[in-house]
Amino acid sequence: MSFLTGLYAFAFYFAALVLVAGLTWKVVQYARTPAPLKIPTTPAPITNSGVVLRMTREVVLFESLFRGNKWTWIFSWIFHFGLFLVTLRHLRYFMDPVPTPIAFIQPFGIYAGFAMVLGLAGLWARRFLVDRVRYISSPSDHLILGLLVLIGCSGILMSFVVHTDIVSVKAFFLGLYSFDLQPLPADPLLLLHLFLVAGLMIIFPFSKLLHAPGLFFSPTRNQVDNPRERRHLAPWAARLEQR
Amino acid sequence: MAKATFVVPALRQYPQVPAVTPGTMAHSAPFVAKPEFQAPLGFPGELADDWQAQAIAKMGELLGKYRSLRVYMDSCVKCGACTDKCHYFLGTKDPKNMPVGRQDLMRGVYRRYFTLAGRIAPKLVGATDFTKEVLDDWYSYFHQCSQCRRCSVFCPYGIDTAEISMAAREIMDSIGVGQKYCNEIIGKVYTIGNNLGLPGPALRDTLEGLEEDVYDETGVKVRYPIDQVGADILLVTPSADFFAEPHVDGLIGYGKVFHEAGVSWTLSSYASEAANFGMFIGSYENMRRISLRIREEAIRLKVKRIIFGECGHAWRVAYSFLNTLAGPWDFLDSRYPVPQHICEFTYDLIQQGKLTFDKTQNDDKILTYHDSCNVARGSRMGDQPGGQFDIPRAIIKAVCNQFYDMDEDTIRKRTFCCGGGGGLLTDDLMELRVKGAQPRVEALNNVMQEKGVTHMAAICAICKSQFTKVLPYYGMEMDQIVSLHQLVSNAIVLTPREDDEDDEDDDDSQALDDDDSESVDEAA
Repeated sequence: MSFLTGLYAFAFYFAALVLVAGLTWKVVQYARTPAPLKIPTTPAPITNSGVVLRMTREVVLFESLFRGNKWTWIFSWIFHFGLFLVTLRHLRYFMDPVPTPIAFIQPFGIYAGFAMVLGLAGLWARRFLVDRVRYISSPSDHLILGLLVLIGCSGILMSFVVHTDIVSVKAFFLGLYSFDLQPLPADPLLLLHLFLVAGLMIIFPFSKLLHAPGLFFSPTRNQVDNPRERRHLAPWAARLEQR
Repeated sequence: MAKATFVVPALRQYPQVPAVTPGTMAHSAPFVAKPEFQAPLGFPGELADDWQAQAIAKMGELLGKYRSLRVYMDSCVKCGACTDKCHYFLGTKDPKNMPVGRQDLMRGVYRRYFTLAGRIAPKLVGATDFTKEVLDDWYSYFHQCSQCRRCSVFCPYGIDTAEISMAAREIMDSIGVGQKYCNEIIGKVYTIGNNLGLPGPALRDTLEGLEEDVYDETGVKVRYPIDQVGADILLVTPSADFFAEPHVDGLIGYGKVFHEAGVSWTLSSYASEAANFGMFIGSYENMRRISLRIREEAIRLKVKRIIFGECGHAWRVAYSFLNTLAGPWDFLDSRYPVPQHICEFTYDLIQQGKLTFDKTQNDDKILTYHDSCNVARGSRMGDQPGGQFDIPRAIIKAVCNQFYDMDEDTIRKRTFCCGGGGGLLTDDLMELRVKGAQPRVEALNNVMQEKGVTHMAAICAICKSQFTKVLPYYGMEMDQIVSLHQLVSNAIVLTPREDDEDDEDDDDSQALDDDDSESVDEAA
């Protein structure tokens, strides 16, 4: 076993642990924090199924962002949809045998990488070109975009220009499941790609990437508009009534 | 035109997003509450030496009590969708009035003390120490948010700046930095019963005067009862309705509608305020204490229903929070929603054909309608989403011949705040109020030019007071803003009752004290 293989194995064990533990911690924290008042942004659905529909539109179509800004919407939707396909496609390196749907999207997934980078480029350009967005951008906003662009570009380069020994890569990751370390090819692009992905996994629970779980817990979006019909009372507010 | 010591923004045919100009409103801050206004609300009177530690502890407490705050502190990706949505940014150009700019005043502190990244690398993630300068910025800019929720419509995560500015004000109150306007007013509710500090005798006097006026004008005895035990309906309305134009014309209208409906109703001198400034300062405890007055009166007066008059944030608190704060309402008539809005009541009667209108009485006006922010984005009317937009418009169309909506981007859920909501309706924030009204007034001006609109109806005491004061700065007339039930009042055809002929006083008249209301300079 080479030093590199050991290092990357450790990095991915560590990154996976941080990602899963960190996200679990945040999700539990969000779930356990009460929402004491009914604050859906109205007009809001008046039934549970209506809320499911509203949330689905937010998650899949970015409905509110569409209302807010068409440029940001088109770039971010292209980016996220690209990322979604790319992520699905990559599942083939983590499962054996490869499920049919994953195999089916393989050709789309490859080109989705371009969509992803294009969307990111558009979003990044806004941070320079629009004075309001420039004002609110902090260094971390640029760094996260840079990180994602580098991940996308290194991936695209491996798909189309400098191929790596993908069979060995898959063996490496499958081996991690059973603590059976298989050698990782020492291609610089691959190492860069994987290093950045591990980094992304690690910063996820500590950064604005928390918008992903956050959306599902947003009271203005996930509450049913029925305050007159149903009394809504948080535990800490109920204690006020016992005084 | 009213005299201004600042430049009143221009009204254009097409809205423009201004270029970011930092610091234009850094000087704007409302008067700070003296200790005597803090104490009745349970807040310390002034800043202690360890205020920073206190504030951070309070922030930690609120992060654990409000999921909205917790999630919204983490979730913003700085996408910029909200940046051109706030009327205060559009009117002042100050980037700290962009919703995200305002949120970041708190998010910077949150990241510094509550996140790993902010503790390790504050510069990288925009985290800041909670210094006195930051606190001053908080005080200034969290009092430049009217909590209208327009930003939350456009945010991909539903981040609601109102939640954040409420939390910020609660944190500041908890360390002794309160806002005079809101906190003094809440104190008046506790001691006298309403925001304007109008005591019971003054209310009775006013209502008796209204009965006489309506009788003189129409020849029909319309009652404006107060503190009447056993009435069916308790009407809770903003105290401005007792006091100022055009609010009082709305109150006259409610009475006429009740008269035609043939229901018994009453106001209360103890719960003589629909407004609940506890929401503006983000204080659940104070909001609850104010709400409980309504519950106590509903029980004491043995009413069966509760109806709210025209008031925007009051309706948000009533519709969305009253059941939580002061419920359950199982002792009231379960056939009706608790509470109901006066517009729901009037609309139902119109639907049933129980009201007759002479629409020509409003032919001297061409109307438009201003959706008040809290009604539009924080509540509902009727049993369908969007009823809060459709029902008031349906009423206007039932009582007026000429109605035109303003630009679609400025009404319904996208409506612009009047610029005076959220506890900012005070003379010490006049520049902010005038500039913040610009987007709404611009849309109004365009519909005046294009459709010949003469008047704008609203169902919010704050909107009415704000426009009355602000429209003259833009060269318009203060009486161009009207109450919705003022229009109803003008058009409604009253049915005389048998006893209308005799001139005797009614049997429930009360002995009137001679106390006058203390002078009040602002209607809220």
